[in-house]
Amino acid sequence: MRKSGIAALAIVAIAFAGSAEAGDGKVKIGILHDASGPYSQNQGPGDVVSVKLALEDFGKQVLGKDIEVVFADHQNKTDVGTLVARKWYDVENVDAIIGLGNSAVALAVQQLTKEKNKIDIPVAASASSLTGKQCSTNGFHWVHDTYNVAASTARALTKSGNDTWFFVTVDYAFGHALEADAKKVVEQSGGKVVGRVQHPIFTPDLSSFLLQAKSSGAKVIGLANAGIDTVNSLKQAREFGIGRDGKQRLASLLFLITDVHGAGLEVAQGLTVTLPFYWDQNDETRAFAKRWSAEMKRQPTMYHAGTYSAVTHYLKAVKAANTDDTDAVIKKMRELPINDFMTKNGRIREDGHVMRDMYVFEVKKPSESKGEWDLLKQVAVISAQDAAVPVAESECPLLKK
Amino acid sequence: MFELLGISPYGLFGQLLIGLINGSFYALLSLGLAVIFGLLNIINFTHGAQYMMGAFAAWMLLNYLGIGYWWALLIAPLVVAVIGVIIERLLLARLYHLDHLYGLLLTFGVGLVITGLFRNYYGSAGLPYPTPGGLTGGSDLGFMFVPTYRVWVIGLSLVVCFGTWALVEKTKLGAYLRATTENPVLVGAFGINVPRLITLTYGFGVWLAALAGVLAAPMYSINPNMGIDLMIVVFAVVVIGGMGSILGSIVTGFGLGLIEGLTKVFYPEASSTVIFVVMAIVLLVRPAGLFGRSG
Repeated sequence: MRKSGIAALAIVAIAFAGSAEAGDGKVKIGILHDASGPYSQNQGPGDVVSVKLALEDFGKQVLGKDIEVVFADHQNKTDVGTLVARKWYDVENVDAIIGLGNSAVALAVQQLTKEKNKIDIPVAASASSLTGKQCSTNGFHWVHDTYNVAASTARALTKSGNDTWFFVTVDYAFGHALEADAKKVVEQSGGKVVGRVQHPIFTPDLSSFLLQAKSSGAKVIGLANAGIDTVNSLKQAREFGIGRDGKQRLASLLFLITDVHGAGLEVAQGLTVTLPFYWDQNDETRAFAKRWSAEMKRQPTMYHAGTYSAVTHYLKAVKAANTDDTDAVIKKMRELPINDFMTKNGRIREDGHVMRDMYVFEVKKPSESKGEWDLLKQVAVISAQDAAVPVAESECPLLKK
Repeated sequence: MFELLGISPYGLFGQLLIGLINGSFYALLSLGLAVIFGLLNIINFTHGAQYMMGAFAAWMLLNYLGIGYWWALLIAPLVVAVIGVIIERLLLARLYHLDHLYGLLLTFGVGLVITGLFRNYYGSAGLPYPTPGGLTGGSDLGFMFVPTYRVWVIGLSLVVCFGTWALVEKTKLGAYLRATTENPVLVGAFGINVPRLITLTYGFGVWLAALAGVLAAPMYSINPNMGIDLMIVVFAVVVIGGMGSILGSIVTGFGLGLIEGLTKVFYPEASSTVIFVVMAIVLLVRPAGLFGRSG
């Protein structure tokens, strides 16, 4: 009796697994992000608005049924993120998970997604290993990775004669990746790295590290950190008169507009940053920003734009494939060019990396800014080819075939 | 000798000076904790949030009311202290007859709630605050560039630290406070309003935290997590100095600032851990802390 019970359960399980594999005809998207923690300003409620706008534009239905979207907070914990993802895939028949704004969570969910043969689209994670060593046939890294932004900034500056660098690096995997990616490009472009110092994450006072950078005499002080650490670096560099003597300058290898806003133009002016999206780039970006900010009362970051872009492209692929079966949708996602307000003829490379142009910006002077969010001016465009990790240097086995 | 260490003497002096500046900040923050613990026997885990509120209050005064730094330095700590007094009257006062652990849990929880509220309304990317006019710029001492604002911070912090020490150790009010710690019932019998004394002491501790917050606003990013990042270090300072010892907090604050400054030069990776190594060693040798009274 007991044996047959287990056998029956197994059959039911197989039947369910089978149905999920072939697609159940109902599209369900899971947005897994930091809804309340330190990164929630770049994800969280703003993502909800982005998804809402994407559905308004795409239409609320696909394959003849309503599109369903579920949201969850991964709390920046790998175990929480994986648990939610597993439940979504196994019990709630979620077809694709988008967001994943935390590299550790993204890497874990990407592995699970591959096992379950579903689709994951990291938007606000930046580890280049997502499409490098740990690349997946089912994972698409949407907005940027550490290489995109760090290498583009490093190349733009080194080529314009700023050829000696000193790195101030936050001491964990993310900072090391940023520094390594930038260093490679500095050296390839004929520059030289004269030194580095590592600081622990969330150190309120970074002035002693900055003074070490100053005394190195390097032309560029590369800040391989993020968020609050970068804001504190800039505030204190200004206090100690670093990077303003005409001989040295500061470059941030990953900086969001919320950080520029948080530091203030007085402090951040003149800084070079690379982004795939800035709200005030052209009419299309402004149109999106206007609709988005009508609800959020501030301007969208590249991650909010990316959430819209990823949801839209996924739905377009489902429509083109005329099924929500994973393999068919992936095929279409790779076939279709990505075109939206932030992407011009983007495409997905074999390693899952979305090939998109990057834009180099300079932070405006307070006198140049016309409003609270008027923060950047564009100085260069880096083509998708130049912005992505070169195929020859990639550690992704999918590119080697 | 300096060449052997791989650093120029100028670089070293510069780093020592930065260590002193940070030390003055640690001292100021740990002072508030020490005052509250010394007299109330409560480990105030809301301290980080109250420090953060001080910085936010300064930002709000500037952005909503157009009130600048100097007035903020007066008003913001008072406002936060009043909120602290309300918390003490409404919540903490109900726990004095219970084990210390309850006070710790309550203040920890209140701290989380406050941090969460600020994150909800102001996000976590931080807010800008300009250096007050008159304190911008700095002077070149030859071996390093010293920002005027940091000199002001170190000066004010010294004045407040020793003022507090003198208040508690040398005045009549201070004597009442110390007597209350020893035997509240007896002090009450002499006609002194003990609950009010306790409330005011808590308010004063919070005032110190918020004052540090206002001082921090032009130097550090103003964001809801700013207290959490700094507070862990400050708790270590208080433990090393001896829980509740005011002089201990001041001396340890400066001392650890220096040690941390040196670590940032010679082995930067350890700069966030060195304080805890010192703490472990001190606790092994003197379990009550450097200036603490055991028992």
